[in-house]
Amino acid sequence: MMQASKKYRLYYILLLLTLCFAFLLNLSLGSVAIPFKEVVSTLLGGETSKTTWQYIIMNYRLPKALVACIAGGGLSIAGLLMQTLFRNPLAGPFVLGLTSGASLGVAILIMGAGFIGGFTGSLLLDTWSITAASALGSFLVVLVVLSATFKIKDTMAILIIGLMFGTFTGAIVSILAYFSNAEQLQQFVFWSYGSLGNVSWTGIGILSLCFVMGMAISIFSGKSLNALLLGENYAKSLGVGIKKTTLLIILATSILAGGITAFVGPIAFVGLAVPHLSRQLFTTANHFVLIPATLLTGSILLLLCDSIAQLPFTEYTLPINAVTSLFGAPVVIWLLIRKRKLVF
Amino acid sequence: MGKENKNSTLEAANLAIGYLLKKKKEILISKNINFSLQKGELIGLVGSNGIGKSTLLRTLTAMQPKLNGSIIINQQDSTTLSIIQLSTKISVVLTKAPSVSNLSVYELVSLGRYPYTNWVGKLTHSDKQSIEEALQATEVLKFAQKKCFELSDGQLQRVLIARALAQDTPIIILDEPTTHLDLYHRAYVLKLLKKLASEKEKTILFSTHEIDLAIHTCNKMIVMTPDKVYFNTPDMLIKQECFSGLFPSEIIAFNTETRTFSIKK
Repeated sequence: MMQASKKYRLYYILLLLTLCFAFLLNLSLGSVAIPFKEVVSTLLGGETSKTTWQYIIMNYRLPKALVACIAGGGLSIAGLLMQTLFRNPLAGPFVLGLTSGASLGVAILIMGAGFIGGFTGSLLLDTWSITAASALGSFLVVLVVLSATFKIKDTMAILIIGLMFGTFTGAIVSILAYFSNAEQLQQFVFWSYGSLGNVSWTGIGILSLCFVMGMAISIFSGKSLNALLLGENYAKSLGVGIKKTTLLIILATSILAGGITAFVGPIAFVGLAVPHLSRQLFTTANHFVLIPATLLTGSILLLLCDSIAQLPFTEYTLPINAVTSLFGAPVVIWLLIRKRKLVF
Repeated sequence: MGKENKNSTLEAANLAIGYLLKKKKEILISKNINFSLQKGELIGLVGSNGIGKSTLLRTLTAMQPKLNGSIIINQQDSTTLSIIQLSTKISVVLTKAPSVSNLSVYELVSLGRYPYTNWVGKLTHSDKQSIEEALQATEVLKFAQKKCFELSDGQLQRVLIARALAQDTPIIILDEPTTHLDLYHRAYVLKLLKKLASEKEKTILFSTHEIDLAIHTCNKMIVMTPDKVYFNTPDMLIKQECFSGLFPSEIIAFNTETRTFSIKK
């Protein structure tokens, strides 16, 4: 079972081609119209008729497209891991309160900085500290959800605890917002809209590091994840160390979701919807097939969402977080209506 | 008994089962459990609801700790075995069927090879052979490519037994494998278990509420009553009148001649 059979090869090739197409499409669209031929020639290191076009592509659109790939893929993998770990089709980085944990971390950093004092406060606000605050926030939430997991066996209760955490952190964020000044508030609100375009090349380096670590742990856990499909007791009888596996899976999820949320802000629904899309497409539950499939589908989806968010040929840009929800919610509804029963 | 103990695959000595609560408080469910199970035997575990059948099976499979006594698996004390070693000795079929709707039958059964495969779970030639044999023995080979959600309860139960077989363990433990099944499938599953025990030389222990069917098919039985846990052949257990003590006698009586229970009018 564990080897990807030839049947899947065609799907992978199709997904890869779609990814290339979505990537190029994403690069070509934006508030400045750049001909497709010029985009390709810039990427290949050739000359362009206008140096501004080259600048826009290399320093704005290319990093943004790369971030979209990493964020879309990474969040989807995090969702896949959570859905298998909790054996619940509704699980995802967002539902379990990971994202709200991250937002609390960032809120405390941005808005709480005012309480600490102006000088040290402004020092704290570089990319590294935002990454750290977000990762720390989501990791703390994960630890609480995890300790709850060991105490209660009911997965629905764990989801409700995650939901409660969302409400709880939301309340703290509101209180922080109430006492902070307009500038800080604006900074946080913009962070919460999600933005793929604000990541520097250095940021992409850090993001890639998180991504590679999270992916490595996910792939390493692939075999245990497959055994977990049978439920915890069966997995145990097959020799899976449940505690170690659970810890690894949650670690991978918090590295992926925490890291990505730190750089691009909260991005809703991708983590929940994409694993279901890949399951429908590949009709399998085998993680060695699903992990690459989910990765590719997630990257494609976020690239397309970002292309829509750019509102091509206008000077307006929509918040990416809104676009993914606009797209994600109907997809989940459509899946449920089409299948009547969610294949999981 | 000395010779029997030497060949036993699964043995319990003065075993006490129950739950450990916080502050070292114990809730004892049953104690003084003694039995010695042999290769090629089908053993039925019976007792009324709440007497501790599932607790006993969960204790034997190391899903919960024992309170006292010892469990000996293939001459080794179970506490000395790691979870990975244990997975090559005992395979299980649990009451609650896993929700694995998106797995094919073949994929589900191949998960039984988990203890033997490498880190990506690649199936070797011998793994595939074991899977094929398990599919054949349980007569599910013809729908190996079907998805699990397309199966009936009876078919799914056979597939889960095939998965346990593919795990290639000397001992298979099943918790109520005949619930949710109609009379035909109940008899079918028990006959299948009997056949697997004798042909594949396995020790198969299962809990059940089908006492009549169990008396008919099992080599040995474990009968749990509030006072004592009995272990013997069905014939001896009937002679000892163990079954009469299973349920309150004012409502249900055991007829030793027809070997069935009847409700008192």
